[in-house]
Amino acid sequence: MSTSVVPPLPKQGFGNWLKKHFFSTWLNSVFTVIFGAVLIWMCIKLSNWAILDAIWSVDNKEHCGHGAGACWAVIQDRGRLIMFGLYPYEEQWRSTLACLIVILTIGLSCLPSFWSIKKLPALWVIGFGTFVLLMRGGFAGLPLVTSEQWGGLSLTIFIFSAVFVLGMPLAVVFALARRSSLPVIAKGTGLFIDLVRSLPLLTILFAAAVVVPLLVPDWLEGNKLGRVVVAFAVFFAVYQAEIIRAGLQSTSQGQEEAAAALGMPYWSLVVDILLPQAFRNTLPSTINQAVITFKETSIVTIIGFFEVMASGNAAIGGGEWTEQFVEVYVFLALVYFVFVFGLSRYGAWLENRMRVGHA
Amino acid sequence: MTKLFTSQKFRRTAVQVLFVAAVVLFILATIIVGRTNIADQGIATGFGFLNQTTGWPVSFSLTDVGPRSTYTEVLFAGLLNTMLVGFMTLFFATLLGLFLALMRISSNSLMKLVGTTYVEVFRNVPVILQVFFWYAILTHLPGPRQAYSLADIAFFSNRGLMLPAPSLSGLDILIFLVGCVAIGFGLKSIKSKKTGLRLPLAIIAAVALFVILLVTGRDADVPLWSVPELKGLRFVGGVSLKPEFSALLIGLTLFGASYIGEIIRGGLMSVDKGKLEAGSALGMSAFQINRYIRIPLAFRAMLPSLSNQYIWLMKGTTVGIAIGYPDYFAIVSTSINQSGQTMELLALLMGGFIVVNYSIGFAMNLLNSRLKLKGRS
Repeated sequence: MSTSVVPPLPKQGFGNWLKKHFFSTWLNSVFTVIFGAVLIWMCIKLSNWAILDAIWSVDNKEHCGHGAGACWAVIQDRGRLIMFGLYPYEEQWRSTLACLIVILTIGLSCLPSFWSIKKLPALWVIGFGTFVLLMRGGFAGLPLVTSEQWGGLSLTIFIFSAVFVLGMPLAVVFALARRSSLPVIAKGTGLFIDLVRSLPLLTILFAAAVVVPLLVPDWLEGNKLGRVVVAFAVFFAVYQAEIIRAGLQSTSQGQEEAAAALGMPYWSLVVDILLPQAFRNTLPSTINQAVITFKETSIVTIIGFFEVMASGNAAIGGGEWTEQFVEVYVFLALVYFVFVFGLSRYGAWLENRMRVGHA
Repeated sequence: MTKLFTSQKFRRTAVQVLFVAAVVLFILATIIVGRTNIADQGIATGFGFLNQTTGWPVSFSLTDVGPRSTYTEVLFAGLLNTMLVGFMTLFFATLLGLFLALMRISSNSLMKLVGTTYVEVFRNVPVILQVFFWYAILTHLPGPRQAYSLADIAFFSNRGLMLPAPSLSGLDILIFLVGCVAIGFGLKSIKSKKTGLRLPLAIIAAVALFVILLVTGRDADVPLWSVPELKGLRFVGGVSLKPEFSALLIGLTLFGASYIGEIIRGGLMSVDKGKLEAGSALGMSAFQINRYIRIPLAFRAMLPSLSNQYIWLMKGTTVGIAIGYPDYFAIVSTSINQSGQTMELLALLMGGFIVVNYSIGFAMNLLNSRLKLKGRS
């Protein structure tokens, strides 16, 4: 007796698509109209400012600021200062090459074929080592450029990669120590991690730059950049240690017991069984932490380093370009955005891939 | 003897004793070297300096401090500055974050696009760059005489933002805040079937308290609302937000909102779809589903990440030093320069942040355990 009803087909066509996405209810229609109008107005204004009315070359710089659009001439004029800081002019190709090598290293370590416990550290040590050698020079006819003269984007990249290279092994040690079966070591490490985590990065870097020279004997002082990088690495390590610890906890207890039953030594258990799984499980959070670290390198500008944020400020600091601060800050934002957005998109892609893999 | 070394128990104890000894030795060595280095510079150790006058002015503070104030007073003013900008950031960023989250989960693709663009732009640029940017914008505004005005009651100039304000003294504001908390607790204890009455009652009581404070306890010739006015080269009346404060607040709020928006969105999305469908199957309206199912569950899911983010933002206020906002860290760092009491001030700095952050963590944990779903999890 029952009459069967065919399920309604989803409506097709451009009109229905528009209705579903923009005008589904009267409230949505109102929002669409208002937001659409504001958005179109903003896009027109922005493209006029940034492209159509913009002044691109230093030759036309007298037109800047008189109702014209963006004055990108400042980037042409001060671009080298922003990118290289006080690095000697003739040697700036080295700085460029060194940055490209680290970017290549970051790119390669994103490829799954490099994800092994031997390849990844080797890749980073080689990449970072080449970077330092190229930047420093002092061999094979390359003039010596000491770290006081490093600046701009290459200093940012140096701090980021040094923090990563030093911080990662430290993070593994912290994570293992916090999970140690020896109560004193576990509690002590836990206390240290929580203490550092409750402090702002800036205060730790400040302590490393200004206070540590007072507290250690002269022979241990090192240079300021070295101290700050080590302090930054410790800061990175305590956050990364918590991520690794979460990854270690997600491996099942049975695996550790199985390894013990087979008589595997502790280091083999850690290196061959626990760490690969811990890293794989927490890859998205690790990348997120790398992204945060890259953004936070900008903090060192406050304690007097000439990285890309500080050199940007210097470009508008004195003299002729003081009115072009918007252009310079937008340019700096774009520089950071390229790195950070790229890395975070990669993290999101990876997360998606893993979710598919687990289902 | 070999038996002793192969014994698990002995080895475990020995390793731990060595660990403790190394840590103690390290701390002792640092203190000894530090003390001698500082004594070489002729600086007395100890906390006695806290009662000395500083001799330098503080550009912005809630309490009345100047060159004649003691270190204790100035440090306290710095801590208040940090908390002022921190808590205001948390409030506004949460509000804006909520809007962003609602935009990103809306069915309207245009709103989704706007929300997503905002989050991607503001989240992927360092907060210090954003603060520098807003500071540059605010200090490049025209001078007081050419200030932009909003209906002649609010003015924007390179001296800061001048806003109208109710004529309340500091004591009035304190009474109001305490009163609000008291109202909250008072109404919480009312056992009534009509719990829906609580919120309207609380709002009425708070407004009444505000009006009473505004009308009473002021001189007869002072108006109820103080409006800024241009007198000569500067503004008189109202409340003035210095460019340093405003830039830090705007920068941190816009940056924090992008993170908080993502946390709220994650919370809202984490609610099991079946529960929402069950609600609509029971005949609940869209508002009821949101009010009684979605928001309570989402709120519980996002609380832990939210409290982490709040603590992060509180720590983020330290970038204020870059544009000259005298927060706790800036005050401590000036004090170190001026007095040389490095170790003591560093301890106070860490102590201050630990107290503030642990209080936020504690409050959020309390909220979390209060709200936790009762019964089997």
